[in-house]
Amino acid sequence: MAAATDFAAGKAGFRGWLNKRLPVDEFMESQLIGYFAPKNFNLWYFFGSLALLVFVIQILSGIFLTMHYKPSELLAFDSVEYIMREVEGGWIIRYMHSTGASFFFIVVYLHMFRAMLYGSYRAPRELLWILGMLLYLALMAEAFMGYVLPWGNMSYWGAQVIVNLFGTIPVIGPGIVEWIRGDYGIADSTLNRFFALHVIAVPFAIAFLILMHLVALRQTGSNNPDGIEIKARLNADGKPVDGIPFHPYYTVKDVVGVGVFLIFFCGVIFFVPTLGGLFLEKPNFEPANYLSTPQHIAPVWYFTAFYAMLRAVPDQQMGALLMLLAIVVLFFLPWLDRSPVKSIRYKGWLSKFFLGAFVVSFIALSYLGLMPADGLYVILARIFTTVYFAFFILMPWYTSIEKTKPAPERVTYHG
Amino acid sequence: MSDESVGGSDAVDTSRRKFLTVATAATGAVGVGFTLVPFISSWKPSERARALGAPLEIDISKLEPGQMITQSWRKQPIYVVRRTPEAVAALAKVEPSLKDPKSETSEQPKYAQNQMRSIKPEVLVLYAACTHLGCLPKQYFTQADPAMGADWPGGFFCPCHGSRFDLAGRVFNGSPASANLRVPPHSFESDSMLVIGVDAAAQGAG
Amino acid sequence: MVKSLHRSFVAAALIAALAVGIAAPVRAAESGPHAAWMDWQPGNDIGNVASLQRGAAHFMGYCAGCHSLKYVRYSRVAEDLNIPEAQMEKLLMLPGAKKGDYITTPLSAADAEAWFGKAPPDLSLITRAKGSDYVYQFMKTFYAAPSRPTGVDNLALPGTAMPHVLSALQGVQEAKFKVVEKTVDGAKVTEKVWESFEAGEPGQLSADEYDAFLRDTVNFLEYAGEPYKAKRLSLGVWVILFLLVFTLFAYLLKQEYWKDVK
Repeated sequence: MAAATDFAAGKAGFRGWLNKRLPVDEFMESQLIGYFAPKNFNLWYFFGSLALLVFVIQILSGIFLTMHYKPSELLAFDSVEYIMREVEGGWIIRYMHSTGASFFFIVVYLHMFRAMLYGSYRAPRELLWILGMLLYLALMAEAFMGYVLPWGNMSYWGAQVIVNLFGTIPVIGPGIVEWIRGDYGIADSTLNRFFALHVIAVPFAIAFLILMHLVALRQTGSNNPDGIEIKARLNADGKPVDGIPFHPYYTVKDVVGVGVFLIFFCGVIFFVPTLGGLFLEKPNFEPANYLSTPQHIAPVWYFTAFYAMLRAVPDQQMGALLMLLAIVVLFFLPWLDRSPVKSIRYKGWLSKFFLGAFVVSFIALSYLGLMPADGLYVILARIFTTVYFAFFILMPWYTSIEKTKPAPERVTYHG
Repeated sequence: MSDESVGGSDAVDTSRRKFLTVATAATGAVGVGFTLVPFISSWKPSERARALGAPLEIDISKLEPGQMITQSWRKQPIYVVRRTPEAVAALAKVEPSLKDPKSETSEQPKYAQNQMRSIKPEVLVLYAACTHLGCLPKQYFTQADPAMGADWPGGFFCPCHGSRFDLAGRVFNGSPASANLRVPPHSFESDSMLVIGVDAAAQGAG
Repeated sequence: MVKSLHRSFVAAALIAALAVGIAAPVRAAESGPHAAWMDWQPGNDIGNVASLQRGAAHFMGYCAGCHSLKYVRYSRVAEDLNIPEAQMEKLLMLPGAKKGDYITTPLSAADAEAWFGKAPPDLSLITRAKGSDYVYQFMKTFYAAPSRPTGVDNLALPGTAMPHVLSALQGVQEAKFKVVEKTVDGAKVTEKVWESFEAGEPGQLSADEYDAFLRDTVNFLEYAGEPYKAKRLSLGVWVILFLLVFTLFAYLLKQEYWKDVK
């Protein structure tokens, strides 16, 4: 706390009154204007603030959906159609929420990819990365439970498949599955508890994790596309020579990011809300029917990569384990990367190759997860799963042996 | 290499900055306003509420003189009374004891702003809510009803705080309520079909 | 700066193309060998109000006897399709229905199961769940199959419990199949593959008239699936225009401030 500067001094009227009681101006000065971020942020640096925007959109639209939605097996599906057709403006709110869910993952995946590109998970930012990974897990849980709520046929069967995966846990598995469901099959009790978790519990957890994530970022400062620490070079005032105040420069830049994002976001909401069945799946326009499985059970696109890995393994238990490992291995990234440089710009061609292969395999697996699990699709899924894991498992090796370029002294703009 | 990343040799054009900041902020505020519209509209009665609140048709052919039925329209109870000719005749006599005999400060459609407070003299339609604090008034139509006293002309009595209303729903002096019972919009599709929720045509009387 | 921008855009474009490209194969991967009827499309325009009006009349006349539209109100149809109240009541409402009611069917689920083995599904969302192409193809590919209890079978939904309710209009066509031998997992399998339709019993309408009839009905069902679609599209244009203006101002503001940064 700045005891030296009295932020209320000399301020007239309401502003002085407020600042004596809440550190409003102090916060602005120290956290926004006083926070120096690297000046060479590129396109990849928009997605953090956009993720926060989507979170706010989901909360707002979610609250208003909850005002009309009925979390009961008998009423849920009807209540969603009621919102779409009979509540004024209801269809906008619903499409905001369903589109927001998919865009949340688009933004988060691009945000995570930025970290992988520039080594933003490297020391001293390991905890920042882990908090981000926890956010990713929470987001996956939130999205999964949210998808069950409309109680469409895919909601029901998707829930059935994923909850059954917990049955693969040795010994306690089947007991856990029944405990999660609260019944002998996916039922009203499951729907109701998912509603409570989706609306209150997990959003609170996500909000808390976002706060911690931002605090951790503030503590270490941002990384940048060159992967160098700007705090290493300070000027006479003690400020990084390659840094600029977050406010007004990045606040103003992020607003442009918001504008561009909203154009895409609203483009989808108003012109292609189902996105050909990717954002709102066709089987979910039919009510849940425990006697009729959809032709292809598939999760929504943002989970399909992991789903493809699950089905690539013939044994259900091993498949579930592999799927879990695919996410867990991400937590270890800060310690797997042994490169002397952080940013892909200065790493050797092996790192570039493996990162490219990782991206290709993640996209390919996402596609394969949407396809039926037979023939060529399964063979390809196995190949790409191997590539996915190779990126991580071989990383300690290829990051140590490859020839890297020296990282620059000052930040650069090209790349 | 320079010591600072911010600050240039050109002077800052503050007027342009101010203009652009205001333009962006104003457009943004307008955008936020537009975005709020669906959220705020979503609170308006939905199509289901409006359908359930559609006009209510009541067949009054079986309603006997002196009988009252209670119906519900738009979540509010409605009284429909078939008054006897004596009851209608007695409406003029009680006027000295009424707070608002001409219904000047009470709420009713134009066609009910008369002594009978109705379109047809024999059919009275009222919101069953005391204008004091909203309780359902009870019917005491019999003149000199023992429960109400010898000079009770007939009408309604509210059990909550004792307000009394005559057989046109007009409030008596001495009642906590200050206004006559409200009359809902209504009309007659035929002599036996009363419609609550549709106003009678301009010239009124059926 | 430019190079990374270029690469980012290429990546984004590729991903977008992939996303859109995914949608088509997801559906195509459904059935067996591709047949010509799977390409038939109604090619409709839900902005064509006259078509929707005809479709509404067709639906109420031929389908509402068994299928409900339980999320659709008569009053909403009258409002959206510009049908005056009197005509609505006389021609399009089931007896006893009030104009604010949902479109229900007089056929009870219990009776339907007893007579057909399966209750006819509600059709409010059929085009969103299965696609308007499928609904159109379903109604076009009924053919004579004397061995079945309904006397017909269907290519889009083989073994369907639904009789050909429009047989008076289309007639009942004959399907020609050819027998094809395949080897599946080492064993020889014979399969009947549809070749073409041939005229069978004639109906009241010519092939073109029946086609137009179906188009209108499917168009109406598509409207019923998403009645606010027209509003959505028109509102969207204004929203995008507004956002373009906002983003332009924001961009100019950003450029102005970033002049400071070297």
